[in-house]
Formats: sequence, C-alpha cells, structure tokens
Amino acid sequence: MPASFMPSAQELMRFAPEMLLTLAGTLIMLLEPFTESGNKSRLAWLALGALLAALGLTAVSAADPGPAFSNMLLIDEFGTFFRFLVLAVGVLTILISTHYLRSGGHESGEFYALLLFSIVGQCIMATANELIMLFIGLEVSSIASYVLAGYLRDDKRNNESALKYFLLGSFATAFLLYGIAWTYGITGTTDLSLIRSALLNPASRPNEVLTAAASAFLFVGLAFKVSAAPFQMWTPDVYQGAPAPVTAFFSAGPKAAAFAMFLRIVLTGFEPLKKEWEPLLWVSALATMIIGNFAALRQTNVKRLLAYSSISHAGYVLVALTTHSGPGAAAAMFYLAAYCFMNVGAFAIITHVARRDERYVEIADLAGLGTRQPLMAGLLTVFLLSLTGIPLTAGFFGKFYIFKVALDQGFIWLAILGLLNSALAAYYYLRVIVVMYMEPAPEGEGELPAPAAGVLAAAVGSAIATFFLGLFPSSLLDFADKARRIFN
Amino acid sequence: MNFLDLIWLIPLFPLAGAAVQLAIGRRLPKSAISFISPGAVGISLLMSIGAVVQLAGLERRSHEVRLFEWLPLIKADMGFLLDPLSSVMILVVSGVGFIIHVYATGYMAHEHGPNHGGFYRFFGYMNLFVFFMLMLVLANNYALLFVGWEGVGLCSYLLIGFYFHKKSAGDAGNKAFIVNRIGDAGFILGMFMLFQLTGSLRFVDVNEVLRSGRFAVELGTFGALSLCALCLFIGATGKSAQIPLFVWLPDAMEGPTPVSALIHAATMVTAGVYMVARSNALYALTPETSHVVAAVGAATAILAASIGLVQNDIKRVLAYSTVSQLGYMFLAAGVGAYWVAIFHLYTHAFFKALLFLGAGSVIHALGGEQDMRKMGGIKDKVPVTFRTMFVASLAIAGIPGLAGFFSKDEILWQAWSSPLGSKALWMVGFATAAMTAFYMWRLMFMTFYGTPRMDEHTLHHVHESPKSMTVPLVILAAGSVVAGWIGMPKVFGENGFMQALEHWRAPVFAQGHAAAHEAASHAHHDTTMEWVLMGLSIGVALGGIFIAKALFFGGGNIELRTGGPLYPVLLNKWYVDEIYNFLFVKGLTINGGGAMARFDANVVDGGVNGTAWMTRMVSRISMWYDTWIVDGLVNLSAFTVRALSFPVRFFQTGYLQTYALVFVMGILAIFGYYWSR
Repeated sequence: MPASFMPSAQELMRFAPEMLLTLAGTLIMLLEPFTESGNKSRLAWLALGALLAALGLTAVSAADPGPAFSNMLLIDEFGTFFRFLVLAVGVLTILISTHYLRSGGHESGEFYALLLFSIVGQCIMATANELIMLFIGLEVSSIASYVLAGYLRDDKRNNESALKYFLLGSFATAFLLYGIAWTYGITGTTDLSLIRSALLNPASRPNEVLTAAASAFLFVGLAFKVSAAPFQMWTPDVYQGAPAPVTAFFSAGPKAAAFAMFLRIVLTGFEPLKKEWEPLLWVSALATMIIGNFAALRQTNVKRLLAYSSISHAGYVLVALTTHSGPGAAAAMFYLAAYCFMNVGAFAIITHVARRDERYVEIADLAGLGTRQPLMAGLLTVFLLSLTGIPLTAGFFGKFYIFKVALDQGFIWLAILGLLNSALAAYYYLRVIVVMYMEPAPEGEGELPAPAAGVLAAAVGSAIATFFLGLFPSSLLDFADKARRIFN
Repeated sequence: MNFLDLIWLIPLFPLAGAAVQLAIGRRLPKSAISFISPGAVGISLLMSIGAVVQLAGLERRSHEVRLFEWLPLIKADMGFLLDPLSSVMILVVSGVGFIIHVYATGYMAHEHGPNHGGFYRFFGYMNLFVFFMLMLVLANNYALLFVGWEGVGLCSYLLIGFYFHKKSAGDAGNKAFIVNRIGDAGFILGMFMLFQLTGSLRFVDVNEVLRSGRFAVELGTFGALSLCALCLFIGATGKSAQIPLFVWLPDAMEGPTPVSALIHAATMVTAGVYMVARSNALYALTPETSHVVAAVGAATAILAASIGLVQNDIKRVLAYSTVSQLGYMFLAAGVGAYWVAIFHLYTHAFFKALLFLGAGSVIHALGGEQDMRKMGGIKDKVPVTFRTMFVASLAIAGIPGLAGFFSKDEILWQAWSSPLGSKALWMVGFATAAMTAFYMWRLMFMTFYGTPRMDEHTLHHVHESPKSMTVPLVILAAGSVVAGWIGMPKVFGENGFMQALEHWRAPVFAQGHAAAHEAASHAHHDTTMEWVLMGLSIGVALGGIFIAKALFFGGGNIELRTGGPLYPVLLNKWYVDEIYNFLFVKGLTINGGGAMARFDANVVDGGVNGTAWMTRMVSRISMWYDTWIVDGLVNLSAFTVRALSFPVRFFQTGYLQTYALVFVMGILAIFGYYWSR
C-alpha cells in the first residue's frame, strides 16, 4: 500500500492529457446552450484545440515516463504511442465531421464532447496497467461510442446501429468483467505485473481449469472489441448504420485502443499462459481474415465493404499477436498506425461523396469520380492501394512486418494463409478503383460539390501519413520497437 | 525504405503484370490494361531509382542479395547484384521501357488483332519481356543471366510474330529464333568452360579468381581462356546482331514499332554488350579475343551503315543503324573501354528509341506506309514528331552538345588511343560516322521535307499522334540532349559529371583492364590529338548532313542511286542472306548428298516449320485457354465466392438474436476446446 493516496504533482502531470480533455468536454457541454445555432463550429474549434493541446501534453508526459496513481496507470512508450494515435484519429474525425453535421443541420456541442470523452477512455485503455482501470477506460470509451452511433436521433439507421452496438457491447463487456473477476479470484490481484508473477510462481501455480476459464472470458470480451471472429457480427451493421464520420472514428480509434489493451494483457499479465492463448488467437486470426475478406467480395455498399475490410485487417493484427513476441507487438503497432490513417482517409472521401443524409454510399455512386473530382479519386486510390498493401504505401510495410514476424516465429502456415488472404483482398479494393476510373458517371445525379476544407485537410493529411510511413517506415518502426521493449 | 535489399522485387512487378494480363486479360477492358502494363514497369522504375540512389550513398558501390541456392550443382543462387554497371542497365530498361509502354498504349489503341486478343497479349508479352530483361541485368551469376537471356529471346520471338496472320512476320520470328539458337550454343559452351576454369558462375567469384593472378594474360597465344571468351562473344553476336549473326535483326522489324523500339533498339540487343562488359575481367586476360571483338564490332558498324545508305523502308534504315551502333559498342569493348561501351549503350537507348517511336508516329500518321519514297512534306502536319526526330537525328549524327556526340566521340578516341586500338579501327569508325550522318539525314529529308509523294487520300488524313504518343517522344528528346552531358570528354576540362560517371563505374571495372587505365593516363598527354580528332568527326558529321541535303532536300531526286557501282550490292545487303542460304541451306543439300538432304528436309525445314507450327499452336492454346480456363475460372470463382460467403450471409441476418446466438456458440466452442484438451 502506498503511503499516501494523494497523487503527486508528477503523477498528475502524467495524467494531464486525459484531464485536459475531460475539462474541455465538460466546458463544451456547458457552453452548448449559450451558443447560437450558427456558431456551433466554435465548439468544434474548441475540441480541436483541446486535442492538439492534449497531443502536446502527451509529448511532455512522454519525457517523464513512469507509473501514476498507485501503479494503476503506466505512462510508458507503449502507452504514449497509442495515446498519440487515438488523439490523431480524434483530430481527423473532427475535421471530417464539422461539414457533415452542419450540412445536415445536426451540429451541436454534444457531438464534440462525446468524442472527447470517448478519446479520454481510449487514452486510459492505452496506459492502464491494471484490469479495473482497463475496464473503466473501455466503458468510458464505449458508452460515449454507443451514443455517437445513434447521434442522428431521427435516422432509423442510426438508431439500429446504436441499439445493436449497445446491446451486444454490453453483453461482451459482461464477459470481460467476468474474466476479470475470475482472474482476481485466481491470483488475488488485478495489477498486470502482479498477475504475471502470481502465474509464474510455481508454489501458487493455479488450477488449469480456472486459468482456462479466465482466459476464455477475457478473450471473448477483447475479441468483441477488436471485431475478431467469431465475435465480429455486430461490425458491418454498426458501421453501416452509424454516421459516416463516426464510422471513420469507430474503425480507427476504439479499435486501436482495444488492441493496445489486448497487447498489454496478452504480453504482460497473461504471458505465462501463452500456451492457452495461442490456439485461440491462431484460429481467431485465420477466421477473422477469411470471413472479412470473403464477405467483402460481394458487398455493394461502400461503408459495409470497409466494415468487412476492417474485420480482415483486425485479422492481420491478430496474426502478429499470435506470435506472442516483442517484434510481433512492434509489427502490430506499426500496422495499427498505418491502418488508422489509411482507413480514416478512405472514410473521409466516402463522407464527402455520401453528401447530406448519406444518399450516395453505394460503390456504383463512385462511378466517374476519376473525371468528376480527380483529386478526391486520386486520394481514395492511394488509401485503397495502401489497404491492399501495394509497395511505397504504409499498408505494404504493415503487412510485410507482420508476415515476416510470423515466419520468423515459426507460424509458417498462418503467414501463408494470411498472404493468400491479402492477395484476395486486392480484388475488392481494385474493384472500387476500377469503378471510379473506368465507368461513366451516372446520369441525372445531383452535382457533387467541392470538398469541404476539413475533409480535404483530413484526407491530404492521411495521404501524407500513408506515404510517409510507406517511404520511411523505420521512423515509426524504431519507435514501436523501443516501445515494445516493455514486453520482455 | 531500404530499396537495396528489395532489388529482387524490381523484376517481379512486370512479372505480376504479365501474369494478370495473360491470365485474365481478355476479361479486362483496354483501359485497365493501359493502366496495369505501364504501371507495373513504372513501379519498377521507381524502385530502381530508389535503389540506385541508395547505392550511390554506399562506401563500396556493390550490393548483392542472395535469396536461396537455386542450382546447387553449379553453385548458382537465385541472387541479384546491384553495382554501377547493373544500375545503368536497370535505369535504361525500366526508364525507357516505361516510356515505350506509355507510347504503346496510344500506338496499339486501334489494335484488334485476330480474335480481338491482340491488345492484352501484346502488353502481357511486353511486361514479360521487361521481367526477363531485368532478370538478365540484375542476375548475380551467369546461369541466372542466361535465364533472362533466353526469356528475352522468347518474348522477342512472340512479339516479332505478333501479327502471326502475316506470313512475313512469322518468318521473321522464326529467323530470329533460329539465328539466336546458334549464338546461345556459344554462350552455353562459354559458360561451362568458365565454370570449369574458375569453379563458379557468380560474377563476384569469377572476377576474383580471374584477377587473383592464377591465370596469366594470354598474350600472343590462344589458350582455354581465349576460347572461353570467344564462345561467350559468339553468344553476344547472336543477341546483339553482330557479324556473322546480324541477319535476323532487320527482319525483326516486322513486329509492331514499340517492340522494335524497346527490344530491338534500346534493351535486348544491348544484352550482348552488357554481358561482355560484365565479363571484362575475362577479356582483360585475353587480348587476342579482344582483338576479335573490336574487329567484328568495327566491321559490323561499317557494313551495316553502308547497307543503311540505300534502304527505302524507314524502319529498315533504323534497323541497320542499330546494328551499326551496336558495332560501335563492341568496338569500344574490344579496345578495353568498357565504360565507354556502356556509356554509348545508354545514350543510344534514348535517341534510337526516339527514332523508332518517331518512325512509328509517322507510319501511324500515314496509315501504315513504311516506304520513304511515298512520304515527304509532312513536317508541318506532324510538328511534334518532326521536331523530336530532328533532335534525335542530330544526336545520332554526332553534333556537339547532344548525347550521341559525347559517347561516339569517346569511342573513336579510345579506338585511336587505347593500346588495344589502332589507326585502322579508328578509320573504320570514322568512316561509319560519316555514313551515319548521311543515312540519317537522308531519312529526315525524304520523310519530312519537299513535296508530299503519297496519294491524296492518305495526305488528307495525315495527323499528329495522340498525347500518349507525343509526350514520350518529347521526354526521350530531352533525354537525347542531356543524357550525354554526364560523360563530357576530358579535354573539356575536369568535368564533375564525367568524373562522377567514370568513378561510379570504376568498382566494376577495377583493375579490369590495365590497358584502359593506361589509355586514361595516356589521354592527358595527348589532348591536342583528341581536339584534332574531335574536330574531324564534327566535320565529317556536318559533311554527311550536307551531302544528304544536297542530294535529297526537296525530294526531287528520290530515286537517286547512291553508292555508284556498289548500289545493287548495298541494296541487296551485300547478299549476306543469299550467301547464308547458299552455304548453310542449299549448299548442304546439294553437296552433302542424300544424308544432308534428309537432314535439311527433316531438321532444318522441320525446325522452320516447327517454329511456324509453334506460333500457331501458341495462339491456339491461348484461345483455348481464354475460352475454357479463363471464362471457366471466372464462373468458378463467382460460384466459389457465392458458396463461401453463404455461411457468412446466412448468419448476417440483421437480427440481434442471431448475433447473440453466434456469440454464445463462439464461447461454447472455446470452452469445448479447453474441455477436449
């Protein structure tokens, strides 16, 4: 027991980004009733400023790594990596959302506040070193997400999406909590490093049945959050129904944070149970890749297509996780960063093309985009090529490192099946490109307006990140490699 | 991104492109193929540039990637070597290759071919060619080089015979194939002798052994090394169209023009020069063979140039010009100036590719006409084509400031000053330069100037080519101007670029040729002589152009028979084809008696008929493949996708209850697993 429950100034500083975002979110809620309906974008600016300040504070706190609040949080390089990532996703999401909300007449402060709260939860997931803290972070993130999914109250699709997400999400969370309870029962602690030593201690080595049950429950909860098979069913429906900018956010931020949590649990506290987890991860990785890719082949709705695509990408990251190795963690981190930028970028363009009330979200609606708006089509092509894994883009190196690690660690069949899967994926990504460039624009469709500045900024920024990571992968990989050293 | 360790990927992109196009090309729209085919080469180009830039940053400019042992018996790896020599080659192959692919998308746009199959097969074969060519120049051993060597030959054969419904095209393909087989036999013999002598086929090992001093220089004798070098050179004469095996190249012009530009001007035919340069350590030890190389090069240069003087088919003039320029390259290699040979190879790639593409543009504009006697007076109607070809013709003629001048002048200077060179070699090269200027400008005047000599209808339809064709022309024209600047002669002062180039290549040719080094030091004493010779060659180039102008400007004198009494000899290409026919085909039957006759009937004719049969078979197989395999696979894959996505869609009902059910089933499966363990 620590001598004092009062956190020191040092600890508060390590927690500063989350505190700042919470304050900013609350402030936005307070200001909302006093803001004229024409001036709501000021609140967006406020949220954007808060996120940028939080990025700055994350950099400051990275200079002084260490635990906070009696070891419940651990601000290390791993956590910093994911904090940066979810904050960047937040910035991009706000850039994409403002125009979308304004054009539909739905702009209000709650949206931005909820977004900030959700990101607070994700930052906690990234840095928590203790199962209860992880759970709190997850719930903070999820509950805000459930509301965001149904943000357009009058839209049926939004309602469906929110309800499904909420019910299934609660179901999964219950399993996660049950797993935490079992773990506490076995080891007498919820601190990950203490769990690890308890599991390693031969004197107190627990019963195999008990550890298997704990592992299974935890796995179910985590697999749901990263939409891994067989717990991926909610993903297409929720992604398709939620507002497009929210889907962009869901597919990147919460998923990256959930993987951060997954990595930390699997590689620290439950590392001694490697043998128990490996077959689960192996089968789930393979099934996730196959289900995601095969289902994506026949989709006609772009949002649904990208939903299945995001399932398959979770499968690739699970391949890295299956290896239970430090290099695997680094590869997974790199992949998630690459994936966040290319996926949010793709959704930015989809948001733009979908227009008000999302009337244009079929693949066919993209026909002729190459001639109508060459810049937008070019950017989407970059993101799709990167999702395919074409060299010179981030996606290539993401896959390259993951399959290399899998081969190095002896998961040869998994790597081969994964490679075949990623070859198959080229089909549905290229189909979209073909439609954009080689089919004439449909007749009698409304004029496609010029892209909003925010969407353009988000898409260009993501494209720059995609190319940068594709050309200089070592810049990020070195960082990820340093960060993964905590898993030894 | 570490491009250096990824050089093995460079050839794979065109291979993937070829695979996609040949496998499912018939189902793809033309626009998709026009995108995939140049795109694949474009990615190789980007990766090549990246790798070369990174190589330049290395202390030791040589990087080898060995993937796995490929043929344990002869210790050959699946390995790739990037050094200054292969750097130049991959940049030429992927750079010029990319430009020509773009051009071809415009040139072949109206190509339907028999069974509408032409377009995708053409681009599939072109990508396949680039793959083999990149394998050839990136290989780290002779065996893998030979794979590329045979592969480019195969693609060349397929592309020459592309219009296989045209008999002359099929015949030309067969001729190229058979003549090249003779050369290849020499290559294989040479390769195995080299393995016997040095115990390895890996370039680095072979050079190390040859330079270790284990073998004495075979000066004045003709030993095993000399024989080995000679065999390899015979291989080179086949691929690079030198005496005595040059006869196939002019006929190869039956293929589509982009093929002539890519394969029969810029890349494949230079493979022999590359191989000799790659083997420079061997040739350094065998001055007698080097003499043969220089003599054959010089003789080919002047013989082909003389034939070029009187030809009337625009592509044939360029074909003989190519043979002649390749002769220059071997002349340089033969006198020990390998880097100069490669320098000329590199500048030649630009202006010769440009000339062929320009000729293609002219032919395109005239609705397929290739006879220069039916051209004339179109320079204002095809301004871009005219101006770019104008630049290229100046470049090849050796007008100072353009690419061809620097490399050609350097060759002439090396022929004069190198210890292996001689005044006679210089004289031959000098005379060839005069002829080159003449026949090129004869071509220009006959094609573009004077009054139109085609019929009214054709004249009416003369038009400039589309952007996809003219933009490549402009890029190559820019290259024809600036490409030579990196190799300014030393007499212009210690030029940074020249130093860069020579030092760049130095590691490959390190101690390669004592002679070359002597020549370099020699050069410093003799700048006056170099100035004089340079002046002479400029003079002779201008002279050639003016004579051509006097005779052909205005087009009034189009039937003029230059060459005096030699005219019929030149027009009939020194009767080489007839002589070969007499000696090797008829000669054997008449004088060799019945056995020989049977040999001829069964083997030679059989071979010829066989290859013709093969062409037809290839096309028939490809049609069968398209109908049954491709269409079948497409239907099958649609079925598979539907079948496999069925379970997914079956559960993806949209009902929450179903989802929760699957969720629980998943949990039960996990517990079931733990239970049964």
